[in-house]
Order: sequence, then structure tokens, then C-alpha cells
Amino acid sequence: MMLLNPAIMALVMVSAVVCLMMLLASGFAVRVLLRWDIDSGSERQLRLERRTYLISTLLIWAFSFQLMSLLLFIYNAESMSGQFVGAMCATGVLNVNAWGWPTLFLKMGVFFSGAVWIALNYLDNQGYDYPLIRYKYLLLLAILPLVITELILQLLYFTNMDPNVITSCCGTLFSAQSEGVAAEVSGLSPSSMSLGFAFTGVMVISSGVWVALRGQNGWLFALLGSTAFIVALMSIVSFISLYIYEHPHHHCPFCILKSGHDYVGYILYVPLFIATALALSVGAVSPWRGISSLTPTIESIVPRLSWIAVMFFALFYLVATWSVWTSHLTMMEVWW
Amino acid sequence: MLYFLRKQKYLIDYTLSSLLRRKGKSLGLLAVYSMIVFMLASVTLFSHALRHEAGLMLQASPEIILQRMEAGRHAMIPADYLQRIGQLRGVKQKAGRLWGYYYDPAVKANYTIMTGGQSETPLTNIIIGTGIARARGLDVGDYLTLRSQNGEAFSFQISALLDDKSELVSADLLLMSPQAFRRVFNIPEGLYTDLVLSVRNPREVIKVVEKLTQLLPDTRPILRDEVLRTYDSVFSWRQGILFVLLTGSILAFVIFAWDKASGLSAEERREIGILKAVGWETADVMRMKFWEGMIISLTAFLIGYLAAYAHVFYASASLFEPVLKGWAVLYPQFRLTPFVDGLQLATLFFFSVLPYIVATIIPIWRTSIADPDAVMR
Amino acid sequence: MTIQLTNIKKAYNQGKPNEFWAIQGVSIDFEPNRVSCLKGASGSGKTTLLSMIGCLTRPTSGRILLGDRVISSLPERFLTEVRRHTFGFIFQRFNLIPGLSVLENIMLPAYPLGLPYTQLIASAKRLLKEFNLSAKADNPVEWLSGGEAQRVAICRALINDPQIVIADEPTANLDSKLSYEFMGLIDELQQSGKTILLTSHDSAVYDSVVVDRVVEMRDGIVLTDAG
Repeated sequence: MMLLNPAIMALVMVSAVVCLMMLLASGFAVRVLLRWDIDSGSERQLRLERRTYLISTLLIWAFSFQLMSLLLFIYNAESMSGQFVGAMCATGVLNVNAWGWPTLFLKMGVFFSGAVWIALNYLDNQGYDYPLIRYKYLLLLAILPLVITELILQLLYFTNMDPNVITSCCGTLFSAQSEGVAAEVSGLSPSSMSLGFAFTGVMVISSGVWVALRGQNGWLFALLGSTAFIVALMSIVSFISLYIYEHPHHHCPFCILKSGHDYVGYILYVPLFIATALALSVGAVSPWRGISSLTPTIESIVPRLSWIAVMFFALFYLVATWSVWTSHLTMMEVWW
Repeated sequence: MLYFLRKQKYLIDYTLSSLLRRKGKSLGLLAVYSMIVFMLASVTLFSHALRHEAGLMLQASPEIILQRMEAGRHAMIPADYLQRIGQLRGVKQKAGRLWGYYYDPAVKANYTIMTGGQSETPLTNIIIGTGIARARGLDVGDYLTLRSQNGEAFSFQISALLDDKSELVSADLLLMSPQAFRRVFNIPEGLYTDLVLSVRNPREVIKVVEKLTQLLPDTRPILRDEVLRTYDSVFSWRQGILFVLLTGSILAFVIFAWDKASGLSAEERREIGILKAVGWETADVMRMKFWEGMIISLTAFLIGYLAAYAHVFYASASLFEPVLKGWAVLYPQFRLTPFVDGLQLATLFFFSVLPYIVATIIPIWRTSIADPDAVMR
Repeated sequence: MTIQLTNIKKAYNQGKPNEFWAIQGVSIDFEPNRVSCLKGASGSGKTTLLSMIGCLTRPTSGRILLGDRVISSLPERFLTEVRRHTFGFIFQRFNLIPGLSVLENIMLPAYPLGLPYTQLIASAKRLLKEFNLSAKADNPVEWLSGGEAQRVAICRALINDPQIVIADEPTANLDSKLSYEFMGLIDELQQSGKTILLTSHDSAVYDSVVVDRVVEMRDGIVLTDAG
């Protein structure tokens, strides 16, 4: 029944198409992995080299589609909130059954691994001897199960939607009184959470600047970047959203995307996601500087990517601080 | 970065000129592509606008409708139920309604008959929707005769036509006075079709409904929000069914696009060969072809979408008329309120542009890997 | 830039019944700033050899050094990179793209470099002037005579200022007067410091005084080498 909703049809179709494209690319990749011989000038080797163009194209498109489907997934959840009793926004719709949140997290996971793969692929294409070809295709084979799981989870999510079940929306899910991970995140003491938020912010930006200046130790930036990402998401639920809604108990991470709050969610999430994807890419790119054919490229792109990532992280932290600062909500008596 | 951007600009310039050089082929593709977008967009815009309209209409309707059930079927409700409800906290207004359907054998159509307020319509006057007026060739001042339940014929003078802005819902509407309604349908005083209650605070609706079901166990309350929810899902799956029906054409389009992208003429093949020989890389050719796809997709999307917009909002979705006429004889000549949203656009994109892109990836790659030394052989 | 070939072989349709070796072991050097001509019947492998030197295709085995860079094992992407900056090509059938103007045809090889448009136009116009084609700049290439088309092809070969110019059977579609003129242009190119590699079985080319060295090929091997 729900599968006949056009947006859901589109989402399922996109996931299926992405899966097919990934399978096709993986099939070619396996052939490349088995028969690759860069020193040979044989026609077979030439054919394989030409095939790498197809694999890259397929994957770049697949990952772009995946990104679009992440956005559509959230939009759609938002728009379906009218069809479920108790759902006021995307949170309620994601809560309709057990598969909603895992699907969302997997989509995010595929987005980040896709970003890393594209960075690695770009890097490999700059080396005249295809130095990373085995690693990048192995990474591709590792991403494939993620994409397939995502397709299955999403299908389970949409087929098990029952409009008669009363779902719980952001009001109950993110209230400190109830149980579960979401409630625990909301129940985290805002004062310690904001300290953690500030701390990871300072750490990630300084590590980014350090990597950008030194051009080394990208893994540190990637590690701190992903930590900062998780802490930032938790902080949005725990206290930033409160200031945006100017309501001491409204912890929803989606309602900030609505027009009523000046779409401030987009200015928070978009820089945060871009910055994290770039930080991860820096981490994936920088360990290969020892390979002589890649050294010049790495020396030029690691600082460049790091600076852009730092910029977006800074933008995120500025917007977050700004929305707390300008808020009319005073939590003085409530928290400390 | 600057070099990269300039390069993209040169590739776009080149692909534009090569599209223009092959006008016939490009226009053919563009026409089919726009057609697909047009069909999908018409369906989406139309059903979204209907849903929107229905939502607006329901906005004005009361929060709760109370129907009496008899053996599981809807029955007339006695007026004294209004007294039995008494004073409920939060209920702002309560009233009885009279309405029903009248089958007119002359045009083989059902009219929806509703009663206006007591004072509004004199006993012998009626107000009709423009759909009825068209079907029967009537105008203000003309007479319309209805046969009552017990065979008597009543003539009514038409005092006004309903505003055609709301024609979508009012085409088949006929308004008369409550007394006339009781005479035509032979309904005794003291009975209503249903009762309506308006509740000030939406949060109190559930409480009121709970009390109602205790007070009047033989009634069924219908909530406006529930109706809205049903409308939402009904409209979206109707649209879904149409999309499924259109899948065939989308698939045909995919094959067409694949064929166009892989069936290059000898001249085009030679052109790619020359480009590669003079120093274009495989990736450059692929990028050039990517821009070609983007230009075609964007143009087709724009043309198709604008045409659909005009079709739905200015031409009353006239292409759907034969389909919808099966459902209603009195097809409304309505004008919908234009209504566009992002989710709708994204969905359309996924159903038209994405299949095109996917269909052309492999053909484009095959074209682009042409041997650069081919032109020398 | 010296070109050194060591034991170059090239096979087509490898592993299939119609497998054939177009080049069967060629070792040869080309000095910079000289005009060399590969001579031989069609099928002798001279075009294949030129396309390997010109980075259009990769040898099946053997080693090609361009200056101090090994190009024989570079992937296509980098071969193209080298080719763009080092080689200019003049093809037997001119290979101009119909429908485009003379100017656009000349600028084609420069598009992937992403140079500023003003710079592109300026160098294209300068070349057109040098080859007496300024008046034809905006004409479609279909309107050109054979000699003009050839000169446009030369302009196109020179747009990225290559060090080495490769011409494959350049006079096959020209009458003897135009062939003679063409060799004059080749001479001018050499004066301006270019290295030139030609293939031909036209005596107007290989017997020309302009040519410094004639290499005769047959069945994929070098028969004689007279410089």
C-alpha cells in the first residue's frame, strides 16, 4: 500500500538502481583485481584500463544518487507526517517501525564511504602507475554490502508501515523522561554536553589547521572530524535545538529544517556533513604520500581539502553558536 | 580551479554547437523526453493540487461529524440527540445537517443536494453548480423540476449559480431550503442526515469524541483530521498507480535513450575519433557527453514541467477529462490553485532524469573509449 | 627532445585467430630538430610506429623514451597529457570537423587545457595569419579547398606549440604543386625548431631536399635507414 506513494517508489527505485550500478561496477572491479598487470601492453590490459573509466563513472553517479536519496528520504518522512497518528514531523514517521532510523543511518554511512571512495579514486587517477587500484576496488567491494543492506532495510521500513499504529514523535522520543538511546542523548546534561561540543570543536579545527599547514597526519583530522560529527549531532538534539525552538523541552533534530525556524537546520547540517566528508577524505588520502607517483598530488590536495573542511567546520560552529547566542531562551535557572 | 572551470565552459560550448549541428536527432530526443516529463508532471501536479484543494475545503468543515448507525449502516439521526449531547466542554457549536444525492435520469447524473441556512433560500428557489447548469442548459431564472420520493414533481426557480472558482467541488451541487429538502425526500421534521460539532481547541477533539461515544453509543464520530489523513494517503496511492501505469512509457524511454546514445552515426564516431586524436582524453569526451546529457535533461525537464503546469492550472487538465469523466458525468471546468513543492520536483526528477542518466552511462563510455589512433588507420 | 625506441612490438587482435603483429621489433632513435620520413608500402607498419611515438597507442612490448621519460607503459590518461604538450598531428584526410568554423577547428586541441579564451583566440589568429588564412577564419571548413584544408590542419597541429610534428601521408590528397608547397611549410617548421616525423610513399616527400633522413619499413621491421 505504502509502496504506491510516488516518493517512496522513487526512493526504492533509486536504491535498487544504485545497487545494480554498484553490482555492475563491482563485477568489473573483481575482473580488474584479478587480471591487472600495469607493466603489460597487451590489449587485455588496455581494455581493463578503459574499464576503470566506466567503474568511476558508475560509482560517482551512484554516490550522487545516494546523496539525493538521503535528502529525499528526509523530505519524504517530513511530508508523510500527516498520514500517521501521533507523527508531527520526520521523527514520528521514522519511528513508525524499527527500520526507519537504521535506514537513515545507513544512508549517511553510504554517503560518507562514497565521499572517501571518490577522494581515493581521484588520487589514484593522478598517479601514472595506478598505485591504489587494488585498495580502491577492495574498498568498493566493502561498500557494496552496505548498499545492499540499505536497500533491504529501506524496503522493510516502507513495507511495514502501518498507518494504524500510533507512533511517538519528537516530543516523546527526545524527552529526558523516556527510555532508549534518543532519550538518553536528550537527557545528557546540557552543560557538560555544551562543554564537550566546544571541546571537540576546538580540537577538530586546530587539528584541521595543523594538518593543512603540515600536510601530514590526516588520520588525526579524520578521527577528530568523525568524533566532532557525532558529538555535534548529539549536541543538536541535546541543547542546540532547544535554543532554536526557544522551548526548554523540544529536542527534535528535524523540525529545525522547517520554514518556521528560518531553515537554520540546512545551514547547520550541510556544512557539517561536507566538512566531515572532507575530513574523512583527508584521512583516506594522506597515508599514501610515500608513493612517489602520488607525492606531488597529495602535497597539493591535503592542505587544500583540509582548509575547506576547516572552513565548513568553522561555519557550522559559528552558526550553532550564533543560534544559541541570539536565542530568547534562557536556561540559566534550569541548568545551572 | 580556474582552468577547470574554463575547460568545462569550452566543453559546454562544444557540446552545444554539436547539438545544434544535429538538430533532427537532438529535437527528436528532446521531444520524447519532454513528453515523459510532461505526463509525469501532469499527474503529479494534478493530484497534488486536488489534495491541496481538498485540504483547503476540509479546513472549513467542522471538526467532528456525528452519524447514527443502524445495523452497521448510516441512518437518519433524530434532532433530540442534539439535546442529549447537552453542554460538552470545548464544543463551540453544534447543528444538524440535511444532505443527500438525487439521480437525474435526464442527464444520467447524480446531484449532491445540500441545504442552505433556514433564511437563505426561499422555499421554491434553488442555487445550482455550474456543472448542472451546463448539463441541463439552465441559467438564472430558469426552472428545474425534481421528482420527489412519492412521485410528485416539484419545480424550483434557479436564483443563482454557484461561484465557479470552487467548481471542482461544486459542479454537481444543488442548494435548497431545508423545508423543500424534507418535502422532496419525504423526511419528517425532527430527523437530520447527521450532526456536526465544532471544537475550539484541537487538543480537546479526542476527549469530546470519547464522551460522545459514551453518551450516544449508536453513533459514529468522523474526525476531520482522520479524513485529511485518509485523503493524503488516498491521493498519494492514486498517483502511485498512475505512475505504475506510466512505468511502461518510462521503460520505453530508457530504451529509446540507450539506443540514441549508442547508435551513433559514422560521422559522429569519426568526430569523437578526431577529438581523441587531437588531444582530448577519454574523460574529456565523457565530460563533454555529460554536459550534453545535462543540457538535454534540463531543457526537457523545463519544457515538460512548464507544459504540465499550463495544462493542469490553465487548461483544467483537459487531457485527463476522458479518464475522469468516467467517474463523474458532470466534469468540472475548474481552475486549480497552483501548488508546487520540492518533494514533488525531486520525485519527478527521479522518475525522468535519473532513468535517462542511467540509460546513457554505458553507451557514453563505449563512445568515449574510441581508439585515438583510429583516425590514422 | 630525443626519441628512443627499443625493441618495440605491437600486436592487434591478440589471442584471436586473426592476431597479427604490425610491428615486430623496431629499435631506432630520432634526433631533435630534424625531418625524418618513414617510407614504405601500406601495411608496412609505418603508421602504427608513428602512432606509438605520438602517444596515440601503447606498444605491446618494448620501451619508448621521450627525452628522459618512459612513455611506453603510461596509461592512456597520461599518454594524452604528454601528447597534448609535445605532439602536433597532421592526418592524411585532414580530419577537420565539418560544421565548425576554421577558427573553432584550430582551437579544438586547446580546449582541454582550459587556457583563457583571449589567449586561445590570439594564438589561433596568429597561426591563421602565418598561413595566409585570416580571411577564412569564420568560414565553415567545408568551404575550403584541399590546400587550404591542409593548412588549417597544420594550424591545428601547432595550436599547443608542440615540439614534435607528426604527419601521416600528408600529401596523399594533394596534387604535386600543393605537395611541393607543403614540403616548403615543413621546411619552415624545421627552421622554427620543430622535430618532424613523416610517413609517406610519395616520392615528392621522401626525395625532397627538406627531408634529412629516410627510414624504409616493410612488414613491421626497419629495412634501411639512410640519414
